[in-house]
Amino acid sequence: MTVAKEKLLDLYRTIVRIRRFEERVSEEFAAGNIPGSVHVYIGEEAVATGAIAHLRKDDYIMSTHRGHGHLIAKGGKMNLMMAELFAKKTGYCLGKGGSMHIADLDIGMLGAAGIVGSGIPIATGAGLSARMRGTDQVTICFFGDGASNIGRFHEGINLASVWKLPVIFVCENNLWAVSVPTSTSLAIQDVADRGVAYGIPGVVVDGQDVMAVYEAVGEAVTRARKGAGPTLIEAKTYRYRGHFEGDAGTYRPQEEIEKWLARDPLNIFQEQLIKMKMLTEKQAEEIDKEALEEVAKAVQFAKESPFPKPEETLDNVYA
Amino acid sequence: MREINFRQALGEAIAEEMERDPAVFIIGEDVGKMGGLMGEIGGLYDKYGPEKVRDTPLSEAAILGAAIGTAITGLRPIARMRFCDFMGIAWDEVLNQMTKMRYMFGGKIKVPLTMDALSGAGRRTAAQHSQSLEGMFMCMPGLKIVLPSNAHDAKGLLKTAIRDDNPVLFLEHKLLMWGGLKSEVPDGEYTIPFGQAEIKREGSDVTVVATAAMVQRALNAAEKLQQEKGLSLEIVDPRTIVPFDKQTVLNSVKKTGRLVVFTEECATGSFAGQVAAIVADEGFDYLDAPIKRVNAPDTPVPYGIILEDFWMPDENNLIKAINEITV
Repeated sequence: MTVAKEKLLDLYRTIVRIRRFEERVSEEFAAGNIPGSVHVYIGEEAVATGAIAHLRKDDYIMSTHRGHGHLIAKGGKMNLMMAELFAKKTGYCLGKGGSMHIADLDIGMLGAAGIVGSGIPIATGAGLSARMRGTDQVTICFFGDGASNIGRFHEGINLASVWKLPVIFVCENNLWAVSVPTSTSLAIQDVADRGVAYGIPGVVVDGQDVMAVYEAVGEAVTRARKGAGPTLIEAKTYRYRGHFEGDAGTYRPQEEIEKWLARDPLNIFQEQLIKMKMLTEKQAEEIDKEALEEVAKAVQFAKESPFPKPEETLDNVYA
Repeated sequence: MREINFRQALGEAIAEEMERDPAVFIIGEDVGKMGGLMGEIGGLYDKYGPEKVRDTPLSEAAILGAAIGTAITGLRPIARMRFCDFMGIAWDEVLNQMTKMRYMFGGKIKVPLTMDALSGAGRRTAAQHSQSLEGMFMCMPGLKIVLPSNAHDAKGLLKTAIRDDNPVLFLEHKLLMWGGLKSEVPDGEYTIPFGQAEIKREGSDVTVVATAAMVQRALNAAEKLQQEKGLSLEIVDPRTIVPFDKQTVLNSVKKTGRLVVFTEECATGSFAGQVAAIVADEGFDYLDAPIKRVNAPDTPVPYGIILEDFWMPDENNLIKAINEITV
């Protein structure tokens, strides 16, 4: 597959921006600047980067509780994200949603989902909406291996396949549903096998490899856009940190962690691009510097922003 | 003016709104060729076809989840949930999704979604097809809840529900769907705003707040007490319990000094309890007697005529409560 150099550099910028954003979120959480609960995407960045690269601004994504990477890849604004994480009035949701509940309809981000699996039938609805309004918009629905065991995985994918809706279901299988491994929660090796039950393609892809994800999702998006229906894609990946910030993740074997750290998605992509002569080390350094500056500005914006007034609690319940 | 029954009211409201706004469509079980369990939306499938009158798999979470997905992206779904008892299968879609999205996304999203479902006992359908669950749904800020008591109100309120930009639960009592009285309705279009209670019978001695099928029973009791004891009941029908028109109730209690809340729910965790609490809180000085609640016992709904008739609140239960607070 040939991909234009500018597109590849865009993908590289995206994966670097997600990584640097999440590293800083982790630091700011540890410093006590982010309340509540935060789930970072470090280790899984290749999935959002490669998948969302195929979408137009008016296409939709449905995200998860680990959703910062999806939003950045879809064109989300880091300063509004960071302000929301800091619970500030200037945040995406006026400080009312936090990390697990960011939506931005202007760029087709239908929302992160604090309830595992809840986004699956909603994504089916977004696909139905595109069909009924006569557009060729597609929807990518992200969820994890944990969500693949929830009833709505079946109900949502079944309906999308019965109606041949333009939805791509992307399972980010990071092997762990909090502390429970897939080895004790799935009787099969690959979630993708479940596509058979719905009469749709089920594809396993290396979730640490941006290009592999890009290729698999590209086929699924083409299929969806031409009206041939949904695809189930399973990206094998790994979260480098605990389930939430503050979870040491000690339930995972050390050798497993080391095996996955050795296949870091950012390193893999950088090496590929340098080898393909699409990226120089100097360019990589510049992109990294730009990302760090963007993140620093977002943190500064968040820190300088006001908190909402207490009585704003009462607004926005009804339209 | 002309007369229609409750089923016709639903069918006309949905047909008129689909005609008025191309974004309105129907999704649910048995909505297509069957035209609803009672044929109440018959003809719409023939007119609009399977694209806009969408029969689904037997899959409540998919129905409501998909309805949410369409509502936040420009359409106005009517999700037909059949029995409100079935909504437990799609509980999260109501509890954590449609009612929370607008708030947690900072007011930047709207969810114009109407759910309609059969509610209430009296058809001998036992514990899983007979409940009145409005008290449970009432605990979710973000949801509006409509409980019509006759065909006229049902039509006007359902049209308002479909035009509302929020999730609305529209509950259809079975005794109204099967053999309820006909209502006079205008020939032309009309809507009824949410949050406006209606005084179904004016009176001066006791205020009775009643909902759904209990409104007719309250009217029957009022007629009986007027004739037998010269007692004058004022019957207030909130029509929507969220938003709730508490002012009309408070004004009525100010006039009568007595309140009975008459609903079909299990007493614990009920809308009736909320009405009693509001009047105790904001209208205590108006009261000349304790507030009484006449509700169903805290048991599942039983099967059969003997047990279910005992379970369901009726005119005799209401009259007994009124006798306890009048001299």
